[in-house]
Amino acid sequence: MSTVDYTREISVIEGQPPLREIDEVISKPLETKPDKKFYMAISVTLTMLLIGGIALGLSFYYGTGLWGNNNPVGWGLPIVNFVFWVGIGHAGTLISAILFLFRQKWRTGIARFAEGMTIFAVMTAGIFPLIHVGRPWLAGYLIPYPNQHSLWVNFTSPLLWDVFAVSTYFAVSFIFWYVGLIPDFAALRERTTNKIKKVIYSIGSLGWRNSNRHWQHYEMVYLILAGFATPLVLSVHTIVSFDFAISILPGWHTTIFPPYFVAGAVFSGFAMVQNVLIFIRKIFNYEHIITLKTLENMNKIILLTGSMVGYAYAMEFFIAWYSGVQPEQFTFLNRAFGPYAWAYWIMVSCNVISPQLFWFKKIRTTIPVMFVIAVFVNVGMWFERFVIVVTSLSRDYLPSSWAYFTPTLTDFGILIGSFGLFFTLLLIFTKTLPVVSIAEVKAVVDGSQPSHKDH
Amino acid sequence: MTDKKLYSLTAVFDKPDDIINAAEKVSDSGYTKYDINTPYPVHGLDGAMKLPPSKLGYSALVLGLSGTFAAVLMIYFMSVYDYPIVIGGKPFFALPAFVPIMFEITVLAASIGTVLTMLFFFFKFPNNSHPLLETDYMKLVSVDKYGVSIQADDPKFNEDEISKLYNDLGASKILPVYWDLEEVLYEHKIVEPKFLGMLALTAIIVSGTVYFSLNKLMFMEPFSWMMEQEKLSPQQKSEFFSDGYSMRPPVEGAIARGDLPYQFADKPEMAAKILSNPLVSSEENLLLGKTKYNIYCSPCHGYFGEGDSRLRGQFPNPPSLHSQKLRDWTDGRIYHVIEVGQNVMPAYNTQMTNNEKWATILYIRALQRSLNAKESDL
Repeated sequence: MSTVDYTREISVIEGQPPLREIDEVISKPLETKPDKKFYMAISVTLTMLLIGGIALGLSFYYGTGLWGNNNPVGWGLPIVNFVFWVGIGHAGTLISAILFLFRQKWRTGIARFAEGMTIFAVMTAGIFPLIHVGRPWLAGYLIPYPNQHSLWVNFTSPLLWDVFAVSTYFAVSFIFWYVGLIPDFAALRERTTNKIKKVIYSIGSLGWRNSNRHWQHYEMVYLILAGFATPLVLSVHTIVSFDFAISILPGWHTTIFPPYFVAGAVFSGFAMVQNVLIFIRKIFNYEHIITLKTLENMNKIILLTGSMVGYAYAMEFFIAWYSGVQPEQFTFLNRAFGPYAWAYWIMVSCNVISPQLFWFKKIRTTIPVMFVIAVFVNVGMWFERFVIVVTSLSRDYLPSSWAYFTPTLTDFGILIGSFGLFFTLLLIFTKTLPVVSIAEVKAVVDGSQPSHKDH
Repeated sequence: MTDKKLYSLTAVFDKPDDIINAAEKVSDSGYTKYDINTPYPVHGLDGAMKLPPSKLGYSALVLGLSGTFAAVLMIYFMSVYDYPIVIGGKPFFALPAFVPIMFEITVLAASIGTVLTMLFFFFKFPNNSHPLLETDYMKLVSVDKYGVSIQADDPKFNEDEISKLYNDLGASKILPVYWDLEEVLYEHKIVEPKFLGMLALTAIIVSGTVYFSLNKLMFMEPFSWMMEQEKLSPQQKSEFFSDGYSMRPPVEGAIARGDLPYQFADKPEMAAKILSNPLVSSEENLLLGKTKYNIYCSPCHGYFGEGDSRLRGQFPNPPSLHSQKLRDWTDGRIYHVIEVGQNVMPAYNTQMTNNEKWATILYIRALQRSLNAKESDL
């Protein structure tokens, strides 16, 4: 075992590259024509998007009867997908805000990309509650505005809290992302020779001139935004969990839901970010910026949140037994051994067992293995939402109204379409904007900060 | 040099240590209108430039608190003042249930407001016409160099002195930056065909889109399917049935539940003989009869059947219900009067059910007996 010198800070960017080279590496995808691999990738994602578009079009024309949603299971796949995608978004804010407050410098390489994923994931998630109401063109009534019925929205309903939480989350994530982009737009503006690009970058940069009188306020605003985004990211999935926890259905009506949902969201979000970054660092040669150490750190967070989720599963069972409430006990036995046992055990093996492999450093630092584990985590987290939504609804207090929920082809078409939308937006992002923050990465390269020799 | 107007004299340094040193020297030399440009925030520069701490925290506090206040005010107006509805037995002002939305609006107002304050109030952005932009100087300091720029309108500005200072500090390059005269001399006008055209185009596109989506799109299939269902509205002619009625008349001879037709409409003696009270004189029946009597009979007959009308002569007073004639009538005969009316008394067959009529008769009997009690009743 090699000894580590703990008196020296480990550099987060490998090899001390010249600053000019960082500019070149990061802006290379924006200045070169997309290659064959890019077209292949985007044709796949666009096909998926098209499948989703057709499934949605059919659902709008013929109605939501095309979905598997039945009488007890009214929420079905749309709400499963909504919770899944909102959860994916949480990693981005965690990386850009919470790790910023903890001064984790390794976040700089991945923050921009993770924030972009947050925005796209929330956009994808936002589709599902809208289509789930069946007539999305009437969704304007979710907003409290003075309408012709002189009715207002119900401020005591968790579903309305959701409207506010998700839209606030989108707005704040977007502005956080844009503030981070301003100096990079300025750097690109000075760099590019293309006239149209220059206009676009000039508009984006708002005339940023790298002035230290500005940097001072800029760093302050970044700190303030991080300070606000931290409770916000915790509140969003808490409120999503309130959609369930405020009801009286067994399996939903528990106080463990908010922390359990937040941990699950970070868990799945990090798995998704890790999956995508493995491709990004390879394709764009960012291995020295998004280092193996960064991926290892992310795997540690996956291990931590995965263990928290596993603890929550166990605690739900314990409380069901300890509370002595019969419907609660039945619900959990039904989850593990009832008609949806297959989904439950997929969830447990993917979410609880597979991340435990990250205790081994060898597995944490082997890229193909960690990729497969993160894919398992994403599958498992999708099934977690499926188990929560479907098992509780399909067998509630009244046995005469029990029914088995089977998703239809249209349901899966929309799910595929949501992945298509998310990855199409990501691919466009990689070719239009710097996926790594130029200014932030420069600031953490060895030797880029003064040595303070006179102090 | 007459055709060029100097904006500032700049110097470029290669190392972050040099720029800290330069910033200290420049600010110590008494220059006020100068700036340091670096590709990323360099630690220690704020101290070297002697900048006061950023005041953005205060604006975040003020904006955040106004967000909270606005949220409380909005929710109070909507769900307490303007349209209060009881939901789940909660009070109208259910503060714990309002906390999530108050929190979200606080965060929204504070973060967006602070960023906009910084960009548009502190920085005076957008400012794409700033003379430093698109210069050789900016091309260096936006990548890997660190620059100082002392503006020509600084009271202590002297080109030679500053050049000397820069050289002493070890600058790798000294570059003068000039105003773009074309931009400085350009006069902004509102009445410009390009600008007005864009304004008109924006107005047409926005109003056209809104008009189309609200007035046309929403009435197209499938958007209109909820409004235009295949059902018949009241008074609408049926195309299916030959008589044109959309509502079907009942089958010949059908009788509504509990609605047996009265057979003795003009035969009071038959009614007196055949009809008998199906109810027994129980407390429950008497209470029902009392209620119905007080509602339907008492306005004219009085609460105790003495014919003391409460209508103050607006309707003829009926005779007393305690007369010998009335006391001798059978229940069936009284029932007949209630059913079809008598003299100016209207029929009560539509207001009261059969049960209620019989119960009312029981109550009238009780009233009669109360004024003419036998000794055995005591």
